[in-house]
Amino acid sequence: MEKDKKSEIQLLLTPPPHIKAEESVRGLMSSVIIALIPTTITGIYFFGIPSIVTIFVAAVSSILFEFFYQKIVRKENTISDSSAALTGLLLGLNLPAGFPWWGTVIGSFIAIVVVKHLFGGLGFNIFNPALAARVFLLISWPLQMSTYPKPASIFSGLVPAGIKQGVDAVTAATPLTVVKTIQLSHDLSRSIETATKISWFDLLIGNRGGSIGEVSVIALLVGGIYLIYKRTITWHIPLSFILTTAFFSTIAHLVNPDTTANPVFHLLNGGLFLGAFFMATDYVTSPITKKGMVIFGIGCGFLTVVIRQHGSYPEGVSFAILLMNMTAPLIDKYLRQRKFGG
Amino acid sequence: MFHRMTFRGGIHTPEEKDRTKGLPIQTAPLPPKVVIPLSQHSGAVCEPVVNKGDVVKKGQKIGEGKGPVTSTIHSSLSGKVVDISPHPHPFGSSVLSVVIESDGKDEWTPVLKENEDYLSFDTQKLKEIVREAGIVGLGGAQFPTHVKLSPPDGNGIEYVILNGAECEPFVTSDHRLMVEKSSEIIEGLNIIIKILSAKKGFIGIEKNKPDAISTFNSQLSRPTIVGTPNSQLEVVDLNIKYPQGSEKQLIKSIVNREVPADKLPVDIGVVVNNVGTAYAVYEAVRYGKPLIERVITITGNGVKEPRNLLVRIGTSFDFLIQNCGGFAGEPEKVIMGGPMMGIAQYTLDVPVIKGTSGIVVFLKESTSPHPSLQRRGLRGDEYLPCIRCGRCIDSCPMGISPNLYGLYAERGMIEGGRDFIDEAQKWDVMDCIECGICSYVCPSNRPLVQFIKYLKSEVKKKTKNGKR
Repeated sequence: MEKDKKSEIQLLLTPPPHIKAEESVRGLMSSVIIALIPTTITGIYFFGIPSIVTIFVAAVSSILFEFFYQKIVRKENTISDSSAALTGLLLGLNLPAGFPWWGTVIGSFIAIVVVKHLFGGLGFNIFNPALAARVFLLISWPLQMSTYPKPASIFSGLVPAGIKQGVDAVTAATPLTVVKTIQLSHDLSRSIETATKISWFDLLIGNRGGSIGEVSVIALLVGGIYLIYKRTITWHIPLSFILTTAFFSTIAHLVNPDTTANPVFHLLNGGLFLGAFFMATDYVTSPITKKGMVIFGIGCGFLTVVIRQHGSYPEGVSFAILLMNMTAPLIDKYLRQRKFGG
Repeated sequence: MFHRMTFRGGIHTPEEKDRTKGLPIQTAPLPPKVVIPLSQHSGAVCEPVVNKGDVVKKGQKIGEGKGPVTSTIHSSLSGKVVDISPHPHPFGSSVLSVVIESDGKDEWTPVLKENEDYLSFDTQKLKEIVREAGIVGLGGAQFPTHVKLSPPDGNGIEYVILNGAECEPFVTSDHRLMVEKSSEIIEGLNIIIKILSAKKGFIGIEKNKPDAISTFNSQLSRPTIVGTPNSQLEVVDLNIKYPQGSEKQLIKSIVNREVPADKLPVDIGVVVNNVGTAYAVYEAVRYGKPLIERVITITGNGVKEPRNLLVRIGTSFDFLIQNCGGFAGEPEKVIMGGPMMGIAQYTLDVPVIKGTSGIVVFLKESTSPHPSLQRRGLRGDEYLPCIRCGRCIDSCPMGISPNLYGLYAERGMIEGGRDFIDEAQKWDVMDCIECGICSYVCPSNRPLVQFIKYLKSEVKKKTKNGKR
């Protein structure tokens, strides 16, 4: 009897370790989505119904593209790891409210199918999918992509955005665009100093023109600090990115105070905080070592300032991150961590 | 100060030691038979020196190895040799083993003698005693201790470190031994220091064992009666961090020296022994007792009455688990050692060997890897691609790149390409100590340690072929 009972026991044979940390890919992606909640809410607050539409279309179409792509190529379905949902959300937040819905769908296609899956799927893409899609849209539909509705609380009017009403009436050039226009026109009668005199409070809470998710620095900071607190990301990339941007924009401003905006203006405008906390920190497309992350952040900050000062586009964060994405494998190769006893 | 130092990387695992850390060591009952494998050490397998049908006494030598790196094996009870044949070994394979049925008398072999004057023995004699007693590293590596105590000429040993970190979750055998046998362990350390003519001895203990730390401290505050002056001994409280008990990390934490890659601790003047090994050395030198028993922890949610037991080498897992009240439900996994580096067993008919620090039993559903995998209906052995989150890199105590090894191993296995093996070697895969941290932290559930083992074996194959 005793023997029989013993032989019935089926023991599981797996290699060590036999215990595992609770963290999962889905958990990490979800914590980024949670961290984006304040940003999403402030975006919707300032840009109203059209922003909801844009975010919704981006998220749903991203998930659907992942689903159907994997169906067609007969790969295992991975939408439950939440990474497609996150990409969609980030894409939506990177677009102006009221961006045509078909454009958003094209963006999702570029992000999920072209940039993510054609490069091998999660873990193998070189470029940040949401950012690459944003830049693709920016180059292909420059007008729609730089038509930023004026922020207005949803409570003060339901449709602030500009698909139906025509463009000029309710749109606002972003502060960075104003600066760029002045720089390009060499019209010194319009002083940069005046153009950059915007209330810091408005900039912090997000009361300015811009993409849905980039305007509220406070909301982005809350989310970013949450991610660092939860150890989903570390401070290395965001801090080095932001400090480098501050450093080089300070130098530029000291050298050419008449033709460059002041550093505080640079920090609080454009997509710097969205980029530094949520786009540049994408695991797959950024370096893996801490040393590498700092170099990456410095590169992002430097290129951002260069593009903002000297490029033809007013904003450089997206381009800077995409350019640095390409260097990530190289950085990893040459900046190995020090091995024990080595 | 020494105790402020630490090593880079490492993780905090759940400790799970509460079940047994307060339970005094009990002596396990005499088993009806023992199965004693002739390989319980690194190096040459022993030849049996008894025959089937022989009557043996407790402590009688039953196996002896040839060559410089080997050990000896003794009977752990008195009785009759009923079989000498391959039997399941906790390392997974079958190993030639001597099966001895107990005669119930439990008589010691008469060769045993007590050495009251052991402190006057010369180094050579002490080493010979350690060798003859079949002492190996009891922390799990099972490296023959007499070899460790014979560093090559010209390697002066400065420090002897006793490893009482016990960083593996669940296991408390060293903890209890330190609390209950502190003066014996100190004497063992004294003997080791004498053999090596070392300058200083340390006992490194993780801070989660304050009772062990204070016991040693009060022992050391007394004036020494014999042996090394107590001023040369120091207790070091170590950070609670896995793998604090790994040899290289322990040395780094205590004397702030790094063992270079491809080198041994002796090369930087340090020798590390487990506290249990020091206790065995004392027992062998003082009482002539060979290593035939050791303390193990039987624990986990799958055991009804978890215990710390003094058990004879060769006792079956089944007998011991029954002795702890049996299973507390349907067992899923039985592990020899701790859950980070221990080995899952396929049968309960495996014996306790010299390197067994514990038996951990998990009930069904309790080892489930990942809530997210479960929700997707994935089993524990399924995994996702690397998302380059860097957790393995950040926590690797050796500062190497587990994420890459995973990619190289996958490509090597699928494409059979040799260049991936070369690449892995260039990225220091051979430095891996297989502590299991990378697999533990991986959110994609990637079996990185397994990938690394595969790469290491491929690299070894390649170097072997290259030499031919």
